[in-house]
Amino acid sequence: MSFFSFGQSAEIDVVLTDAETRKKAEHKTEDGKKDKYFLFYDGETVAGKVNVTLKNPGKRLEHQGIKIEFVGQIELYYDRGNHHEFVSLVKDLARPGELTQSQTFDFEFTHVEKPYESYTGQNVKLRYFLRATVSRRLNDISKEMDIVVHTLSTYPELNSSIKMEVGIEDCLHIEFEYNKSKYHLKDVIVGKIYFLLVRIKIKHMEIDIIKRETTGTGPSVYHENDTIAKYEIMDGAPVRGESIPIRLFLAGYEMTPTMRDINKKFSVRYYLNLVLIDEEERRYFKQQEITLWRKGDVVRKSMSAQATIGAQRFEGSASSESALEKAAREDSG
Amino acid sequence: MSDPTVADTRRLNSKPQDLTDAYGPPSNFLEIDVYDPQTVGVGRNRFTTYEVRMRTNLPIFKLKDSVVRRRYSDFEWLKNELERDSKIVVPPLPGKALKRQLPFRGDEGIFEEAFIEERRVGLEQFINRLAGHPLAQNERCLHMFLQDESIDRNYIPGKV
Repeated sequence: MSFFSFGQSAEIDVVLTDAETRKKAEHKTEDGKKDKYFLFYDGETVAGKVNVTLKNPGKRLEHQGIKIEFVGQIELYYDRGNHHEFVSLVKDLARPGELTQSQTFDFEFTHVEKPYESYTGQNVKLRYFLRATVSRRLNDISKEMDIVVHTLSTYPELNSSIKMEVGIEDCLHIEFEYNKSKYHLKDVIVGKIYFLLVRIKIKHMEIDIIKRETTGTGPSVYHENDTIAKYEIMDGAPVRGESIPIRLFLAGYEMTPTMRDINKKFSVRYYLNLVLIDEEERRYFKQQEITLWRKGDVVRKSMSAQATIGAQRFEGSASSESALEKAAREDSG
Repeated sequence: MSDPTVADTRRLNSKPQDLTDAYGPPSNFLEIDVYDPQTVGVGRNRFTTYEVRMRTNLPIFKLKDSVVRRRYSDFEWLKNELERDSKIVVPPLPGKALKRQLPFRGDEGIFEEAFIEERRVGLEQFINRLAGHPLAQNERCLHMFLQDESIDRNYIPGKV
């Protein structure tokens, strides 16, 4: 904005302490490209260095303060001006003054709460990032570094099967069964369709996975439906008493865990849609919600404590204070 | 529960299928033929009727085998009744052919053999698509069209 500066007089970059060892995860950007970012879980510490490099080593850099922020925010695409920050931490690195040479500042955000999973969708984005800022009178110099957060869960205690009888009177009666109601992202949907009565001419049957992203509240709720998968399970006409098996491997599809009413701003839910198509292309369908959750990979011992905190927070059991203490003790032991 | 690192892909239990169900006749048999066009009347009061024969084993139809005679305007009446009373998207009828009804044509107009055949095929497709629709099967007008000797235009519309 200043006419008298030709470009920035300094460069900032942020480097994590564990950049060599920390895993990266792929995450879709708003324009559909896939990028890799450092992967964090709830409760993990975010630590590193901020390097401020002066472009002209002789010239002094006056500033109003240097700080680093850790931000978790929700951005609704139709309301870009308003960012809803649900996590906002600040560390001051330097008081207002002067930099005579390039300098490096250490920072550590200890055991940061990251309650939700990173999500980039059709109408809403939830992201976490570090932002280092050198404040100046006319224009600040800042640098953002995005990270990706995954929320982990363990096998739910209660996971009943979905079993239902549906139909059109005197035309079509089916009984469908899916082995679980909660599936992890690399799980298999095992089920069957049992035909009790078939009086229409069925051409084929398929199972669709539908993702529904809901944004907004009250009167201005908006649902965005996206069919993630279409999987044909039967080709041809069944007869009464016939049973068609279902075996649908979820690992092949790009899905996120079910997200319910995140910070009261949005939801992402998944549905199985059983569709029967008759010879006149008429469609008969039954939709059923399923819950998706993310299973932790086989973790190294040092990571298991952090993952435990994350899992407990999701399950809602145990206070986070005692979990942190316990994890800290296990970690150092 | 078995080893949680390997997905559980065992089949769910199914009732064994009864052989009479597996090899028995299908319970969704429905066939309607539109054939035998006959032109009746003289001069400007001529019109063509078609024989409409339905064979079915669906329990919703009272007669399992019925034969009636219908003309194009009867099909139009059925289409209008269903568009008004039911929520279904009614399939299209073959064209009204108004141009063929104008005078000073070189040919027979709507009584041309080729035209009647084209119309017959269209009507057959129309009635088969319609009669197979579960929501159309609930309407009295469809049953009256297919199985009553003549259509009572003053009937009370309703569900079966």
